[in-house]
Amino acid sequence: MHLNFDAVVGNVDALARGAWMTLLVSLLSIAIGMCGGLTLSFILLSKRAIPRQIGRTYISFFRGTPLLGQLLLAYYFLPGIIGVDLPPLAAAIGALALNTTAFQAEIYRGGLLAIAPGQFEAARILGITVWQARRRILIPQMMRLVLPSLLNETISIVKSSSLVSVIAVTELLRVSQGLVAVTFRPTEIYLAAAAVYLLINLMLAQLGRISERHLSRHV
Amino acid sequence: MEASLDFATRYGSDFLRGLGYTLYVSALGSAIGIAIGFLIALLRGLTIRPVQWLCRAYIEALRGTPILIQLFLIYYAGPSYGLTLDAVTVGIVGLGIYGGAYFAEIFRSGFLSVPKGQVEAARILGFSSAQILWRIKVPQMLVLIIPPVVNQLIILLKESAVLSIITVPELTKVTERIVNETFAIAGPYLAMAFIYWGVIETVSRLGTRLERKFTRYL
Repeated sequence: MHLNFDAVVGNVDALARGAWMTLLVSLLSIAIGMCGGLTLSFILLSKRAIPRQIGRTYISFFRGTPLLGQLLLAYYFLPGIIGVDLPPLAAAIGALALNTTAFQAEIYRGGLLAIAPGQFEAARILGITVWQARRRILIPQMMRLVLPSLLNETISIVKSSSLVSVIAVTELLRVSQGLVAVTFRPTEIYLAAAAVYLLINLMLAQLGRISERHLSRHV
Repeated sequence: MEASLDFATRYGSDFLRGLGYTLYVSALGSAIGIAIGFLIALLRGLTIRPVQWLCRAYIEALRGTPILIQLFLIYYAGPSYGLTLDAVTVGIVGLGIYGGAYFAEIFRSGFLSVPKGQVEAARILGFSSAQILWRIKVPQMLVLIIPPVVNQLIILLKESAVLSIITVPELTKVTERIVNETFAIAGPYLAMAFIYWGVIETVSRLGTRLERKFTRYL
């Protein structure tokens, strides 16, 4: 069977819409996970044992179960608890965000541990509040340290976002499945979709290299 | 609570069978992945340009695309090229091909961290290339890469849940069937999550113990 990319060329706009949805879902999840992960990382480093234990259990659960399972739980189980039906898109972003919160918290914790404790102590003695010290001294330095890991996590979430196709979010893979059902051209469509994922991830990796250079220019 | 206990006793053996499949496909997939990864790491050491390009392309392509698309390509596009495999085989092969790209990078960094001086010293002492590989590089590398390898095994174990989408009867697929039969959603999916959690925690603890055992003399 010869490759014939007419099916791809004729449906470029549909694939582009899917790619856009993939980016939207992934980047929103990463952004929410960034807030969650930062909060959780400070909880992990706090002196109080009980919040720390809760944080550790959260991370252990989200890193110790498959994302697909978390997604299915968010879609079918959460509505029963909160009493509202979740639209697929909200469940998808919610599950991905909860998942990446756990992974990002570990990344930030490592970054925070790499900053000399004397800096925080000095800031406190100089009368800088805890929050200011975190926001102005710890987080900016830590972000530079963790940037490569954070980009790896983003790439991993872009790939994982393909899973949300199972709860009918029309991202790239779901769109491709639909096109395959109509055109009967699985090879060409799936190869094209794979190429789009690869392109997004190569661009993210490149962006990472550029911003890493930019952020470490004064160091 | 009563209802959830009920499904646990009625479907306990189904869960176990699903877990068995999960462990089976992950173990075989990981074994294939380790073999592919080791082979690629060796090929990259040959310093033949086209071979290196091919290896790099393989790693980039497989790590840059979702495993689900790779599985779809084998499962749905394969038959157009005379490659008709059953779901379980596709699952094992797919996990192996995907994992191979990651294992290749792990092995490569392992080889790189064996000091060059040791290889040079061995050559001067008259060791052959094969002896240098098997007696000097591999034994040291194997100890150094225990943590990332265990980590990758856990990742593949989790990724195996994706195989449910191409109808491999592993834990996630079994749970989906139980959900469809009982109309109970929360219980089965929660039970599934706890089973995965338990298994993965166990593997991770075993990994830590293995690491401690082998790095005693380092």
